[in-house]
Amino acid sequence: MMNEIFISTMLLTFKLAFVTTVILLILGTCIAYYLFVTKSHVKPLIETIVSMPLVLPPTVLGFYLLVAFSQENFLGRFLQEYFGFRLTFTFAGLVFGSVIFSLPFMVHPIQNGLAALPKSLSEAATILGKSKVNIFFKILLPNIKPSLLTGVVITFAHTIGEFGVVLMIGGNIPQKTRVASLAVYDQVESLNYHEANKYALTLFVISFCVLLLVYIVNKKYFAKGFK
Amino acid sequence: MIHIDIVKPLNLASGMMDLEVDIKINDGAFVAFYGQSGAGKTTLLRILSGLETPKEGKIEVDGEVWFDSSTKINKPAQKRGVGFVFQDFALFPNMTVKENLLYALKKGDTKTYVDEVMEVVGLSELHARYPHQLSGGQKQRVALARAVVCKPKILLLDEPLSALDAQMRSKLQDKLLEVHKLFGMTTVLVSHDVGEIFKLCGDVVWIENGHIKSKGTPKQIFFKHKTSAAFEFIGELLEITKNEMIYILVLHVGHEVIKTIATKDEIVGLNIGDRVRVITKSFHPIIEKL
Repeated sequence: MMNEIFISTMLLTFKLAFVTTVILLILGTCIAYYLFVTKSHVKPLIETIVSMPLVLPPTVLGFYLLVAFSQENFLGRFLQEYFGFRLTFTFAGLVFGSVIFSLPFMVHPIQNGLAALPKSLSEAATILGKSKVNIFFKILLPNIKPSLLTGVVITFAHTIGEFGVVLMIGGNIPQKTRVASLAVYDQVESLNYHEANKYALTLFVISFCVLLLVYIVNKKYFAKGFK
Repeated sequence: MIHIDIVKPLNLASGMMDLEVDIKINDGAFVAFYGQSGAGKTTLLRILSGLETPKEGKIEVDGEVWFDSSTKINKPAQKRGVGFVFQDFALFPNMTVKENLLYALKKGDTKTYVDEVMEVVGLSELHARYPHQLSGGQKQRVALARAVVCKPKILLLDEPLSALDAQMRSKLQDKLLEVHKLFGMTTVLVSHDVGEIFKLCGDVVWIENGHIKSKGTPKQIFFKHKTSAAFEFIGELLEITKNEMIYILVLHVGHEVIKTIATKDEIVGLNIGDRVRVITKSFHPIIEKL
């Protein structure tokens, strides 16, 4: 029984990390590209919003999400009544919270990667008559692969390690919104150190391997002369 | 014919300056924009390509208006169809040599033409290499091939040889001449190398501080200013030391550091770091082939 719960908790954790990463890869790339090309005055504002999760206690963000989407409030009721969609204490809510919370971990590496490319690459492609969309997919994205990989892996690992936001908006419901990081806390609370260690060690090993992989792959990539 | 008549404010380290030029370039000409760095040569090239927009003026190419501030016409860089070779070559790192050239083709262009162009510039053997596997000279040839493969009417070269050593320069200058003869496109070269301009270009536009100082053939431009019985160089004063009755000056001229003498009267007002003109007259220099 314990083992089953362990496995389902782990699966839930990875499912959350996977879905969050996929959504953020698309969303984060779009935001990073916008920040890269824009000359608008609102750029610092958007950069601030994207970076807020870096400095904000996760519980603060989780608290506001919880309040915003609660059935007591307009937004929560509106989503429930018109779309039958509920974000508090559901998996969708976990995903939403994680996406917002991991946003800077995806946007920053991609934005930096784009900024590090020589400007002449886009200019050369422009002169060759290529559209912005073509340049984005054929020139920009393929040349920032290490940045994309960094973004993906860090986002994935960071979502696995997330605690405050998922606790607030998910509510720590077993088999439904209780992810591994919450399970560790839960087991310690009930003095189940052996069980807690199982979760903790798994998280530790996975995070270590994932980061090691990024550094090894990126090093090889740069050694090949791509920059 | 190309007619550029534009004004563009430039923001330089030395302050604001207006780039203000009016030039006509004939079809099929090989023209040099000559001048010191920061004079506005590269900006002018970028304006012609559409990468930068002038504040006001008009650009007309073969009777077609590319830019006109009075009617707000500005043909986008994508549609001007020029060839451009960047100073840093701007090869796409994710593509092989051949892919770089194929990417430059427009829809409907025959792909075999890529092989022909690679043959001309001597890249056939290197077609499967990535840019990071190429030497500077090879990269330059890929950049040139990529710029001409879409058959532009105008080819713009932004100091394309400045990153290469003298021997490679000379070789690629021949290649540039060959390509120009073969394809016959109007070619504009930004350069501050007088030797290169003599070898390649039929016309020179000398740009100084954003304005045209003079234009004409290389002979008209450079002989007028540079040829006389005297040798004349511009250098930087590095050191002044007193030695008995005379002073010894150390100067940085070109890539050389030289020593020369001066009298007390001559060094009045001279300070370390000053730019100076060195003129020698009435002597017979020894010339040896290297």
